[in-house]
This record gives sequence, C-alpha cells and structure tokens, in this order.
Amino acid sequence: MSVDVLMPALSPTMEEGTLTKWTIQVGDKVSAGDVIAEIETDKATMEVEAVDEGVVEAILVPAGSEGVKVNTAIARLSGEGPAAAPAPKPVAAVEAVPTAAATVATSASSGVSSADPEIPEGTPFIRQTVRDALRDAMAEEMRRDPAVFLMGEEVAQYQGAYKVSRDLLQEFGEKRVIDTPITEHGFAGIGVGAAFTGLKPIIEFMTFNFAMQAIDHLINSAAKTLYMSGGQIKSSIVFRGPNGAAARVAAQHSQDYSAWYGAVPGLKVVAPYDAADAKGLLKAAIRDPNPVVFLEHEIMYGVEFDVPEGVDWVVPIGKAKVRREGTDVTLTAHSRMVGFALEAAEKLAEAGISAEVIDLRSLRPLDHETIVASVKKTNRLVSVEEGWGPYGVGAEVCQRVVEHAFDWLDAPPTRVHGEDVPMPYAANLEALCLPSVDKIVAAVKSVTARG
Amino acid sequence: MGRPKTTKTSQPNLTNTSQMLDWYRSMLLIRRFEERAGQLYGMGLIGGFCHLYIGQEAIAVGMQSVKQTGDQIITGYRDHGHMLAAGMDPKSVMAELTGRAAGVARGKGGSMHMFDVEAGFFGGHGIVGAQVSLGTGLAFANRYKENGGVSFTYFGDGAANQGQVYECFNMAELWRLPVVYVIENNQYAMGTSVERASSEVQLFKRGLSFNIPGEQVDGMDVEAVRAAGERAATHARSGEGPYILEMKTYRYRGHSMSDPAKYRSRDEVDEVKKTRDPIDHLRERMAALGMADEAALKAIDAEVKKVVADAAEFARTAPEPDPSELYTDVYLEA
Repeated sequence: MSVDVLMPALSPTMEEGTLTKWTIQVGDKVSAGDVIAEIETDKATMEVEAVDEGVVEAILVPAGSEGVKVNTAIARLSGEGPAAAPAPKPVAAVEAVPTAAATVATSASSGVSSADPEIPEGTPFIRQTVRDALRDAMAEEMRRDPAVFLMGEEVAQYQGAYKVSRDLLQEFGEKRVIDTPITEHGFAGIGVGAAFTGLKPIIEFMTFNFAMQAIDHLINSAAKTLYMSGGQIKSSIVFRGPNGAAARVAAQHSQDYSAWYGAVPGLKVVAPYDAADAKGLLKAAIRDPNPVVFLEHEIMYGVEFDVPEGVDWVVPIGKAKVRREGTDVTLTAHSRMVGFALEAAEKLAEAGISAEVIDLRSLRPLDHETIVASVKKTNRLVSVEEGWGPYGVGAEVCQRVVEHAFDWLDAPPTRVHGEDVPMPYAANLEALCLPSVDKIVAAVKSVTARG
Repeated sequence: MGRPKTTKTSQPNLTNTSQMLDWYRSMLLIRRFEERAGQLYGMGLIGGFCHLYIGQEAIAVGMQSVKQTGDQIITGYRDHGHMLAAGMDPKSVMAELTGRAAGVARGKGGSMHMFDVEAGFFGGHGIVGAQVSLGTGLAFANRYKENGGVSFTYFGDGAANQGQVYECFNMAELWRLPVVYVIENNQYAMGTSVERASSEVQLFKRGLSFNIPGEQVDGMDVEAVRAAGERAATHARSGEGPYILEMKTYRYRGHSMSDPAKYRSRDEVDEVKKTRDPIDHLRERMAALGMADEAALKAIDAEVKKVVADAAEFARTAPEPDPSELYTDVYLEA
C-alpha cells in the first residue's frame, strides 16, 4: 500500500513554502522520526520527519521548488502501516507564533490619498510585504539616528519571531539590536528608563498579548511621566508588535488591544493597514517625541503592497485616509479590517450601494474631522473593528459622529466588531467570532434599508 | 562574582569635618522638612498620600556623597528625602506637596511623583517596584552612551518582593549594567513586617542566584552608608555590573500620613529613636572625633529651621496652577 507524504503546514497561517532539500532518495527505507526533508517558510526553516516506516517509492516535488502548497503530495512511500503523514519539527521553533489565515490574500493594492506627504514626480514604487516595510522603516531610522535601538525577544540572532527584524543585527550589531530574556515587564521598563535619558527605544513585543505583562510601564511610566514631571521627562519610545487575532491560536493569543491603549492620554496609538503606511507611520512613530503604541497585524505581515522607494517616506500620525470614495455610507476600519471593508465596498457596489471606506490609521489621536466630513456626505456610518464592541474603537467613532454630525445622520450609527466572547479555537466558531465581509455588507444594508 | 558579605560597622576617619557638617545639615534639613510636611498635611494643605522619610535620612545623604555628576537617582514614592539630598530647592519641593504652580512638577505630580533632570533625579514613582525597571533602564542608557554614569536605584523591602525586580536583576547582571540597587529595608511594607512577607529576610542575598554581589549595611550610620556606597559604585562604574546594598533602617512615622501604625509597638519605635537615630548618631560621632563645634551645629540648626519655615510659607502662599495647565504636558509637539 502506497502512502503520499503531504506538504505540511508548519504554522496555522502557513499556506505554502519552499521545499529546500530532500535528505532521502528513492529506494531509501525510512523509519518514523527520520528527517526526510527541509522546508523553508518566510518565518523559519523546518525539518520534516517521517511518521511511519516505508520505502521511498517516488519523490514528487523536487528540491528547490518554491511555492509548494500545503497538502500537496511531495513524496510517496510504500508503507507497511497506515498513512505516513509527516510531522514538522521546527529547527528553531517559535512556540508563541502560529500564523496565517487560510483566507489571506497574498497581494493587495493600496492608494495614496491627499492626507499623505507629497511624493515627488517620478518616484518609483516597489512591491513589498508589510513585514519588509516595517523592517526598512526601522533600518532607515537606525541609520539616521544613533539613539534608536531595537529590543525584544528573538529580535537579534533569531532575526525576529516573525522575521520583521531580519538583517538588522547584521547591519547594526548587538549593541543596537538586543535580544532580551522572556521578561516583558522588565524590558518594557528598561526601555522606558532608557527613553527618560533621551534614547529612542523600539520595544518589540512578540505579540501584544504578552504586553499585558508590561502594560503598567506603557501606561503608568511611559504615558504619564511627561505630565507628572511638569514637562521635564519625555518618553520617546515605540512599543510595537502584532496585535489582534492571528488564526486558530484561541483566546489568550487573539486579542485586539486597540481600545485599551486608545483610551490612555499620553500615548499615541497607530494601527496601519498596508505596507506604505506601515513604513511611513513607523518612521513617524520612531521620530515622535511621545510614546507610541504601534499595532501590527500578523496576518498582514506577508501581504504585498506598493511602497514609494528612494524617498524619506514619513506618514504623519493623526490623519485618517480615504481608501475609497462613496456617497451612500461611510465605513471606518483600521488594520486588517480595512481590507475587509474594501472588499465589502466592492460587493456593495454590485448591489448599487456606494460605500466610502476610511482607514483610521491613527487611533489616538483619532482624525474625526475626516470621518465627520464623510458622514456629512453619506449620512450613514458603519464602523468595523476586530476587537470587542463594548467600550471599543467603534463606540468612540460613533460617539464622535453623533456629537459632530447628528443632524446629518439618516440612520443610527452601527458597529461591526468581534463577538463579545473570548476567541474560540474551533475553526467554525472562530470564523463566527470575527467580523467578516458578509457581516459588513449586512450591517450596511441594515442602515441603508436595502436589505 | 563575589559572595554576599556583611558590613555592619562603620569605618572611622573616612571623612573630614566639612563633609560631616554637610551630612549633618542635609540630614537635619530632611528631618525638619518632613516634620513640617506632616504638619501641613494635618492642616489640609497637603493632600493625597504623603510618605515621610523620617528615620531613613542617613541613606539618601550618605549615598548622595558617592554620586558623581552624570549619575542618576530614582526611587519610589517615599522620595522627599532623596530630592532634598540631591540638592533640589526645598521651596519647590514643598510647593509641589501643596500642589502649587511653583512646584517642581508644576503641581501636577504631588508627593509621589517629582523629578529634576538637572539634579539627576528621575523620580518619584508611585507603582511599587516600577522604579527598579526604570532605574535599570537608566543604567542601560549609561552603557549605551558610554558616559561612565551609574544609576542609583532605590526601593524598599516591600518592592523587593515584586517580580520585575528579579527580571531586572537578571538583565542587569547579564548585560553588566552600571546600577547600584539600594534596598531601604525599613522593616515594614506598609503594615506587613519583612518577617511576615519574605521567605528570606536577608535581602542583600536576593541577588545570589543572579551572581550579583550584595552587602548588608547599617542604614542608620551615614559613614557606613557612604563606605558601602563607594564600594558598590566603584564596582558598577568599572563595568563589573550591578551591586546590591541592603540598608537596614527604620521609619519613625506610619507608612503614609493616614497610617496609625498599629502593627508595631510604641516601645519598638522609641527604642530605635533612642538608640539608633541617624542624626544623634552623627552628632555623637563628631563629638567623639573632636569635630563637633557646638556653635557651628547650632548655626546649622537655626539655618535649617529658617529654610524649612520659608519653604512652608512659600508653599502655603504660592498660587495654584493656572487652569490651562490641565491640558499641558500631555504630549510634546512632534
């Protein structure tokens, strides 16, 4: 009985990988636990082990093949036992970092609106992942200012748990790219203390879920000291890392902290969607004299967008961006949800509803002028966020609209948000828990009375 | 790394007359200032929490004589004594206590949150133990900038049980950061005695498993504090990494003004006041060494009394912050 060896998923969000090397050949006898191949993803290189015994009958995907989809048959064994599915064995695993949604687009387009700085005529754009845009932002700012350094877990030798800091250690050395022990409370405080003296730390949290261990220093130390010191002590510091729900990592690893940090005076809070904003806003955050919480999204790391090249691309914090113009309803969103809102707008257009999509980008300060101006045109608001609804970003957006555009509203402002439960693990429940394009479309139809 | 050791006796003749008189003046200033602060609190002029430093004066003053220009100091909320020892103006400190515009933090910090970057004083922090991470960060910056500075990071026996303290001990030794951790063990974390809260009450041993050397010091003896401080600072400054000094001390007043201190007996407090008072001890030392010039000491007493009276008067009469100050210092212009 022959058994296919399938391309394994090495993390929850992996869709494809490069089969770099076979360590077996046709005719070899393999036993359970033998390493049979090596697979590379954008995050790590992993060895694949055989699960069962058998003789290699055929190698179906040659070494060096890129973009091999998960579950593709890569080899065939003549098995003596039942199915010989491989078990991945991380070479240098990151336990805390499962990723990658089954439904991620690998590419998306982005526009550049008038809120952004002028781009000189003829500036070329490159296609770049959000991950690399973030890396370039840090590298450029570290070249520009010797006071900037990066500190966090696995940022240096490991090259970043999500490879956002790839090559930074090589360029800047261990003085400025600093691996810490697993000790968020301590290194967040060390970062703030260093910032008190005028240094400009970038503190990477492997995810913002772990920043809960350190939140006292973000709020009590970083955000409040300028005020408490009567303006004497500044904390020019960036706290960054993936925020929100990845995929299938359940309650403790899937939480959106936008509203938490957005509520705190003294902090600036930024949550970019595309690569150009990721780069331009991170550069602005590093230069900002105030503490900035920079919320990234794991599922967006691998998505490519256009990024202007060869210019000092700095996007000012505090400006929302109109991603799509429309006349019937205003959709607000930030981070990954912007993509959902754009997709929903596309569907709505087919139904004859013209939706304007506003990417908030900056949650504190919140650019309510742009939102209000839009609602005065469309007369309807639907806010979209991944996090929980109560006391959330959407609640704040709705309040601002009610306060500043009450007389222009033709329907009650409506929110689409994560369900009011801890994130479940089961695939179907997780999908139910998160906002979706369909939920956004339904919400819009409910306020435009075209359901 | 060396093993922790204990130093309990002061080393004679380390200091000269003018140094001792400076110490005397500084310790007396803290004592009188704090007594007056207690009085103003009772009159309702100081609000919120107010943690007095009375009894612990020898630590801030002795360590200050080790501090060099460019070094930093950071502590918790029992911070008035440290600020005065660092040379901050008693008027602006007292005005901060009364919440006035002329306060060192413009009336927005209060008793627990005061800062003076020029004096190298980085607060004044209200969350127990947070200053240990922040102080370790100051040391990190010193090493990053290669400026030769040392961070003197103070915390109490209560904070010594906070988890982040040990996260920072680990990183400080791992990276050989120039930091001196000064544990002011005044025996009580609010109402809980060290014995009731700590499985190991010898707090200078708390760095053992991180290979950080530690010493226990008589924190009521300014000369002993100074001598131990020099050893610790030399260690840190020379690139050997952190050093722990456990200062055995005692606070005479309650944890804060609202604490009746029923967890200890009047006799216990009186006994310390009678036998271990740091200011009396210094006076006796000076007399024994033939340094005590009664006239000079009396002049200092009178001068300090006036300084404190002036500070109190200033703090009582200085105007409150302008209402527009409510919205300043939240953000810096980007």
